[in-house]
Amino acid sequence: MLLVEDKQIVIPGEVLAEGEFHSGRGTFMEEGKVCSSLVGLVAVRDKKISVIPLQSKYLPKRGDVVIGEITDIRFSMWNLDINSPYSGILPAAEVFGKEKRELNRAFDVGDVLFLRVVDVDEVKKVKLGLKGRGLGKFRGGILIYITPTKVPRLIGKKGSMINMIKDHTKCEVVVGQNGVVWVKGKPDMERVVQKVVKTIEEQAHTSGLTDRVRDMLTELLGQEKEEEKEKEEDQYQEELIQ
Amino acid sequence: MIIILTSSLTNSDAKKRPDGRAFDELRPLKIEAGVLERADGSAYLEIGDNKVLAAVYGPRELHVRRLLKPNMAILRCRYNMAPFSVEDRKRPGPDRRSVEISKITSEALQPAVFLEKFPRSTIDVFIEVLQAEGGTRCAGITAASVALADAGIPMRDMVVACAAGKSNDQVIMDLSEWEDKEGEADLPIALMPRTGEITLMQMDGHLTSEEFNQAMDLAIKGCQSISEEQKKAIKNRYGD
Repeated sequence: MLLVEDKQIVIPGEVLAEGEFHSGRGTFMEEGKVCSSLVGLVAVRDKKISVIPLQSKYLPKRGDVVIGEITDIRFSMWNLDINSPYSGILPAAEVFGKEKRELNRAFDVGDVLFLRVVDVDEVKKVKLGLKGRGLGKFRGGILIYITPTKVPRLIGKKGSMINMIKDHTKCEVVVGQNGVVWVKGKPDMERVVQKVVKTIEEQAHTSGLTDRVRDMLTELLGQEKEEEKEKEEDQYQEELIQ
Repeated sequence: MIIILTSSLTNSDAKKRPDGRAFDELRPLKIEAGVLERADGSAYLEIGDNKVLAAVYGPRELHVRRLLKPNMAILRCRYNMAPFSVEDRKRPGPDRRSVEISKITSEALQPAVFLEKFPRSTIDVFIEVLQAEGGTRCAGITAASVALADAGIPMRDMVVACAAGKSNDQVIMDLSEWEDKEGEADLPIALMPRTGEITLMQMDGHLTSEEFNQAMDLAIKGCQSISEEQKKAIKNRYGD
């Protein structure tokens, strides 16, 4: 017997169903009942019930692509902050192969990299790698941090949301599965993207978001243009005064 | 499973309490979730004249390697009273009492949290008492579990705490500061409302076994009504 509706907000300990249901992500079984373990939205697929969290930390998984910042250089590896309870390590061999070179020549503390999670072991040691298309160091740009569970919403169906943002602002945008977003473009456009991404994060659990984001983008960009026009007019007037 | 032992919940010869409450009445309660921008999860709670703020950080990496457990996360709590929270200025910093409350708070919350999901990490809970008027440890635990839920930490249930005790020869629910100081006994408990498992029970003063059962039942009843407010606070945060 199902006690909740699809997409309903539930809290930890709430009983979701009794009887022949299976417990999915974000839930647990107790005395034959499926209970939620998180604050989130219910998702029922056939007989499997899961709860999609509204807030979470990133737990590294093999094969994920993430954005990390170098925090430390050691003898044969770099330490990276990957916005997670566990820090990542990038072994020198992943970058140089068998060749031996000085590590701080390649990457320094504070550099931002786009990486792939190569392996996560039992004690949660996260091994990272740079082999793959598009992986490597970012130059310039800004970082935005969001809740990792909201990354699929930011990307949208087949990248619809993210591509819309890219098209409107002419910015380069890269999203890591750990909830870090890298943006590079004109400084004012970077700010627009930041605003939009934060809005998506806040309203990720509501429907019809893509349309609202489109409206927001046109409104924000409209404003920018008006400001530019005003500036031009100001300059024109100043010129007249002179 | 929660079993109410006594049938005293209809007390006919009840005297009025100093603040005019009935013997089984809580002080006015207000809980708000997600009040702090920088914390992973937070909650603000007011019960009577108590004002408590709870913040949760984590699960996060801890660099004190000897504290970490290889198979589960650790839950650290810090209960702290602001110097201006009481009538006479309290000397800032930890003292014997706040160290004890920090410890029992962490032990009261631990059974509810799925710590084994985050090996080698730490979850930090900070409880700041801004204004105190009796029953701050219960208020702290209640606020902390709302903050934990707000931080997205997986839990079996939301822990809730409430006190009962005896004052003026009468067994009462949710003691105020005056009733606690002048009264004969104080019995704070914390429990998980779905299963009724008790995660904290302390007592000072003297109660007969009959009175103890009455006090337990009152405290459990108090927990159940506070639990409803906790649930509302979380759901309100997401506009439900």
